[in-house]
Amino acid sequence: MTVLQKKTDNPIEHLTPEDIELIGKELDEIRQGVVDSRGESDARYIRTVIDVHRKIELGSRAVLLASGFAPAWVVGTIGLSIAKILENMEIGHNILHGQWDWMRDPKIHSTTWEWDMASPAEQWKHSHNELHHTYTNVIGKDNDLGYGIMRVDEDQPWTPMYLGQPLWSFINACFFEYGIAAYDLELGAVIAKKQTGDPEFRRRAKQVLAKIGRQVRKDYVIHPLLSGPNFLSTLTANFVANVVRNLWSNSVILCGHFPEGVETFEKKSIDGESRGEWYLRQMLGSANISGSKAMHVLTGNLSHQIEHHLFPDLPSNRYAEIAPKIRDLFQRYGLNYHTAPLPQQVGSAWHKIIRLSLPNGWLENTTARNLPTQVVKLWKMTTGKPRVRRALLREQAAMAAA
Amino acid sequence: MTATVPRPSPARPALRTLRDRALRWAELVTTPLLPADYLDLVHPLRAGADLRGRIEAVLPETRDAATVVIRPGADWRPHRPGQYVRIGIDVDGVRMWRAYSITSDLGRTDGCFTVTVKAIPGGKVSNHLVRRTEPGTIVQLDQATGEFCLPEQRPAKALFVTAGSGITPVMGMLRNHPELTDVVLVHSAPTADDVVFGAELRQLAAEGRIRLVEQHTDTAGVLDAAAIAELVPDLAERATWACGPVGMLEALEEHWAAAGIADRLYTERFRPTVLVTGEGGTVSFTRNGTTLEADGATPILDAAEEAGVLMPSGCRMGICYGCVLPLREGAVRDLRTGEVTTAAPGDGVLVQTCISAAAGACDIDH
Repeated sequence: MTVLQKKTDNPIEHLTPEDIELIGKELDEIRQGVVDSRGESDARYIRTVIDVHRKIELGSRAVLLASGFAPAWVVGTIGLSIAKILENMEIGHNILHGQWDWMRDPKIHSTTWEWDMASPAEQWKHSHNELHHTYTNVIGKDNDLGYGIMRVDEDQPWTPMYLGQPLWSFINACFFEYGIAAYDLELGAVIAKKQTGDPEFRRRAKQVLAKIGRQVRKDYVIHPLLSGPNFLSTLTANFVANVVRNLWSNSVILCGHFPEGVETFEKKSIDGESRGEWYLRQMLGSANISGSKAMHVLTGNLSHQIEHHLFPDLPSNRYAEIAPKIRDLFQRYGLNYHTAPLPQQVGSAWHKIIRLSLPNGWLENTTARNLPTQVVKLWKMTTGKPRVRRALLREQAAMAAA
Repeated sequence: MTATVPRPSPARPALRTLRDRALRWAELVTTPLLPADYLDLVHPLRAGADLRGRIEAVLPETRDAATVVIRPGADWRPHRPGQYVRIGIDVDGVRMWRAYSITSDLGRTDGCFTVTVKAIPGGKVSNHLVRRTEPGTIVQLDQATGEFCLPEQRPAKALFVTAGSGITPVMGMLRNHPELTDVVLVHSAPTADDVVFGAELRQLAAEGRIRLVEQHTDTAGVLDAAAIAELVPDLAERATWACGPVGMLEALEEHWAAAGIADRLYTERFRPTVLVTGEGGTVSFTRNGTTLEADGATPILDAAEEAGVLMPSGCRMGICYGCVLPLREGAVRDLRTGEVTTAAPGDGVLVQTCISAAAGACDIDH
């Protein structure tokens, strides 16, 4: 894939500026319809989810006090994983988006909420709500695309370093919450620019460390201690629950913007972008996951990523209701509503991670028969001088074209 | 400290310290949530919780008024008769706060208190409370407050002038101050059936505890101050408490001032009188990041809440100063007087957001 603007078969070429404006208008109307009908049943929904989360968490933690007993460990770990997933996705992510601010309940409000996550809510809101949701899928602007450590586009030059991309992507997925915390801190950029002495950075880093301290103390010290003789088994249960939650949220987020076929955009394309054009970018830059109601809730309704990106501050329980209207809009304007079941979307996203970890064209050109020669070429590209690499890259491009 | 507020026993602060310390430890276990978040699941009315109440019953009084029986949380402090309580209730999922006079007898043995609410046309909260609230609903509360109360030294002769739901604080006083022996109550309502507490008031009159003058305005028209003076010839000897529509209160204030007895009149109003409106403007909340367009007739508090900003609030009529925020730059207009307050960049002029509207662009530190 390459940025939309450089594609030969630009998927929005058929749209006139008037079309785009009309799309914007229709979407504004759909949004207003939900805003006007927000009410008691929505409020009951989020309070129920919060209530259920707290009860599952309390129950699981109680069961884990006896975690030395294997069935208790299994039940408690499953329960705690589910609780943590609910807390991060349907509750935390969505409250921090301000989806429930309209209720004016200070206990369920984007400005007062804190979540079970390494990154402090305040910092995450900035990098997520202000940067990612504004600059969605704009290469060089939206760091959610690969979190600044991955090769996410063919046009990014390949270097041998990227061969490690699948491995570190997997490690990042396992410890996703810490990756997010580092990313919200812009740790990579700060280190690269040697700005670690900056007082503002130090203040924020301290905040993150304090938050991580509280989180680690709770899951890996206090609760294990409360379990007495079951210290170690509770510790492992909590560790596993955190990793399960991390893998799950990482998968959901990969599915949102990373599957093959989701569009990316170049920086200059968003200069002077109209409301309609902004909507259009959100429509083409997101992908949905199809599945059961339980799956939607566990993904925090980010399975409706397209709807979420169009209307990040509408209550998540309403995305399912507007999805058919959105899909119909895509169809009428000849656009691709990207949706598929979870395994397929996760597979597609990982396929892309692996494909882009290799030189352009390599994976496509490789078959069972030519595998040995392709591997030799890859070895040469990895170890050879830049001149050799360029020559071989040209060869791969020629092979792909043929 | 008044006689009605019990002095905490010496044992209680020690217990409270112990409880607070235990909760701090418990926070290590519950972070990032608070122990209270879990305790609220089982006991929202416990001591130490945010002050809440549970609605136990809604008892109809007239076709558009009802008495709401509320069991308050453990930290509720007894009110002084005549005071009001601010109640936060979710209407269509949105938390809304209103003030209502407490009408119950302090001697109630069930630990509940009551407010009596009249549904006003188009009133979101009052209609919800009167017609749609189910027993069991949890509401948010503030402690009772207000100065519309009898002084420690009870007046020998009292006059109450009320109209509509203005009877509610006065009923609170009548029920709790049987020691008042010379009372005249002049009450206006559209018809006899519309008189809230009609039966009880007539009973008090029959027993000779009060002299009741009922004015049914649908048939007999509205009483003006002069007519009241005629009905109550010894008016100058009486301490007077008045509660009702703004127009009525203003007429009374004028009349009492002209008679040179303005200091003998105590009034209670539930809403600020909006006198002056003007051009609105863009309001920016500097810390919160929200920017909104507000017209010149809407208090900044209302406009901000409408936009989903959590705002500090209190009486909503410019009295309690619970809503003040620093104005960093720009201008706001006091809706009661028209007075414009301006702030130059760098200033931090404290303004009451409940009675101030934008008068051009303004930056508020929140």
